[in-house]
Amino acid sequence: MADLTTNFAGITSPNPFWLASAPPTNMGSMVERAFDAGWGGAVWKTLGEPIVNVSSRLAAIDHGSNRMIGLNNIELITDRSLEVNLKEIAECKKKYPGHTVIISLMVESKREAWHEIVKKSQDTGADGFELNFGCPHGMSERGMGAAMGQVPEYTCMVTEWVKEVSDLPVIVKLTPNVTDIVPPARAAVRGGADALSLINTINSIIGVDIDTMIPFPNVNGMAAHGGYCGPAVKPIALNMVSELGRDGEVDVPISGIGGISNWKDAVEFLLLGANNVQVCTAVMHYGYRIIEDMLDGLNNYLDDKGFESVHDIIGKSVGRVTDWGNLDLNYDVVARVNNENCVKCNLCYIACEDGAHQCFSFDEQGYPVVDEPECVGCNLCALVCPAPGAISMVRIDEGGEKRTWKDMTSKS
Amino acid sequence: MPDYKTKLSTAEIEANFAEIDPKMTEAEALFEANRCLYCYDAPCTHACPTHIDVPSFIKKIASENLRGSARVIFDANPIGASCARVCPVEVLCEGACVENTLVEKPIQIARLQRYATDHAVEGDIDLFQIPESNGKTVGIIGSGPAGLSCATYLARLGYKVTVYEKRELAGGLDTYGMAEYKMSQKDSLDEVEMIGRMGVEFRLNTSVSPTKGHEEPRREKKLSNAGERNASLSVPSTQHTVVDQIAFSDLCDAHDAVFVAVGLGKTNDLGIPGEDNEGVFESLEFIGEVKKRAWHDVPLGRTIVVIGAGNTAVDVVTQSKRLGAEKVIMVYRRTRAEMSAFDYEYELAKSDAVEFIWQASPLEIVGNGRVEALRCKKNDGSLEVFEIRCDMIVKAIGQEKMTDFFGAVEIETDQKGRVVVDASMRTSLENVFAGGDCVNGGAEAVDASQAGKRAAAGIHKSLFGENVEFTGQGSSTKCP
Repeated sequence: MADLTTNFAGITSPNPFWLASAPPTNMGSMVERAFDAGWGGAVWKTLGEPIVNVSSRLAAIDHGSNRMIGLNNIELITDRSLEVNLKEIAECKKKYPGHTVIISLMVESKREAWHEIVKKSQDTGADGFELNFGCPHGMSERGMGAAMGQVPEYTCMVTEWVKEVSDLPVIVKLTPNVTDIVPPARAAVRGGADALSLINTINSIIGVDIDTMIPFPNVNGMAAHGGYCGPAVKPIALNMVSELGRDGEVDVPISGIGGISNWKDAVEFLLLGANNVQVCTAVMHYGYRIIEDMLDGLNNYLDDKGFESVHDIIGKSVGRVTDWGNLDLNYDVVARVNNENCVKCNLCYIACEDGAHQCFSFDEQGYPVVDEPECVGCNLCALVCPAPGAISMVRIDEGGEKRTWKDMTSKS
Repeated sequence: MPDYKTKLSTAEIEANFAEIDPKMTEAEALFEANRCLYCYDAPCTHACPTHIDVPSFIKKIASENLRGSARVIFDANPIGASCARVCPVEVLCEGACVENTLVEKPIQIARLQRYATDHAVEGDIDLFQIPESNGKTVGIIGSGPAGLSCATYLARLGYKVTVYEKRELAGGLDTYGMAEYKMSQKDSLDEVEMIGRMGVEFRLNTSVSPTKGHEEPRREKKLSNAGERNASLSVPSTQHTVVDQIAFSDLCDAHDAVFVAVGLGKTNDLGIPGEDNEGVFESLEFIGEVKKRAWHDVPLGRTIVVIGAGNTAVDVVTQSKRLGAEKVIMVYRRTRAEMSAFDYEYELAKSDAVEFIWQASPLEIVGNGRVEALRCKKNDGSLEVFEIRCDMIVKAIGQEKMTDFFGAVEIETDQKGRVVVDASMRTSLENVFAGGDCVNGGAEAVDASQAGKRAAAGIHKSLFGENVEFTGQGSSTKCP
């Protein structure tokens, strides 16, 4: 059994799995049930001036028979009073002292407002604050959420305001709705952030009802853009996490968020530099119980790989991400078909023919054959192949000297 | 009729004859359609004799384009709704599905095909535009799968098509010869009606005689006009109907071309003593009685012996059991391994508790005016002679060829009595084409459908000199 306890910016947790600030962390009874199920921590649903929500609020995108590969919401921060939330946080922390409770905060862009809510919240026993600079819908129209996170100067300034009065570690939650994630991250660090979390949800319109012609989710015939999350956003989140992992100025821990549905997703975030992870959509889909396999799977993985602690894998893949210009142009792979596993669906053929480099033909028995000199090693055929083991990508270069685009352009 | 009466109630029999593959729910259809890999140049399409673009129609179900899905199916197979129910898909499309190889669970193509075709049939959706008349008329003899298919493609080219059917309902074996738990008469007739809406005229109760001078005075005429919901198409008549006769030569004179799709004749005789005893039936006669769904009027024995081991024989034994016969025995002169019924049909018979006697040749039907037993000789080398006590015998040893008819109208047949045609399905007579069981000697409805398609192209080439290539007419191969 590997050690799953984590130390995140001084905050210890029984495991690296926290619930993200969202409906699953709306109130004390929910967070307590989550802890009972095995979650290591919870970021409370964002506190602030209580709001009024609309109905309906959520909509999803399905793919084939898979429901909800992406989820979109227009729900705002907590609609419960600050007093009730703080009372429940204190009770929860008293009952679960070993678990992590982080208070998510969002108030208007005024120093006094931030000072006031931080002071009111920090003697609840909570372990830290997360500043919600990421919500892309609703609150951003009021100058909060993503409206702060999209302007590095505001990000830095508000972080400083919080740090002026906070006794607890401060995590700044970043919005992905920026062209480059690095400047706001650096700004938060400059402002004194003890850690970063990302990504918040992505601006989205999830779809349109083609019968009524009203986009989803329908609020009395009208719709507004929402925040997109769920399995479909994972690659975007991984990229942003890895960019911060590679950035020399961002020297604070990162809490990885975005489409994490199982232990493998979590491992990927950890490998790319996240120090722990936060989960929401998968819990909204299947309930708190998914934590059981997340813990079990992560444990087995660490044991199988010979790691004693989850800390040992953090950032292990960061060094494997580089700029395109540093990639080895001499590395050469080609596709090979293994007939014994091929089911002759011909998807490799048509994908290569219409979507790649026309290197497939057929032998007399109807098996696809790769014209290796024409194959550029793009992987597409192997990606579309439904039969395990039917297509292998095989290295054919001699493993000689590395040659990169940067080398070539610097020499000429 | 045997004296035996079934002990099963109507409700019990109805339950026994419930559809063996019921219609999918929307959830089932979407799940299954999404499971399809969308193979390119797909093996299922190759395996279908009409080359329906299976991945295409399945993906249209997944995208909830059911009308488009039905169009893809009917474009390649005008009897796609019937074939969805009666095709031996285990040895055709589903047998070829790559999911068979991958997870031993082929996509349920037949049930998906039914899901899509039901949408069009139940919604009375017309999928094809029928052009202005091209001025030519074609007469089709026989309204079974081949005739319906040929009629459809010709109608789509603007021909005025008249289908001559000697029975009171159109559809041929689709209407009269399919096991009731696979497809009801209504399903077949609904499909016929859809074809009728394309302007195809069905002259029911009209038999074609090989020579002139056989005509009886016409007393009653049943005619279904295009576009009408004619009662005769959808409601089986219980009255005795009068059959019109029309001479083959008159029919040829009345049309620019003729398509002969008469199928096969009556069930072969055994050629043994006692066949005239009461209680001896032909397989198709028995199946036809079941199709009426007047369950308690179907002739039924306490112990029924069915002679033969083809798919039709299985239809007889299973339906006998389901009607309430106490004991049903299939007698076959060869071994299990040589049985011509598909494996899954044999399994179905077994699961219906049918008994089998292999390697036994019937010698005599014993009876004194009524069947009492079947006397057989073992073919396993022992030459043992034995009797099976029974009160009903059904002959299911294949159908006769209609050689007399073809001889009389001077259409060339081969040594096996099958009509000889060229690649365009043309017979030895000018502008007379043929297809279906009378040409192939007896095959599946889907094979007849393909023959009708090819004949329609042949007729068009013959009358207009134009090559037309209907969907799935030739090879479906796309990969080089």
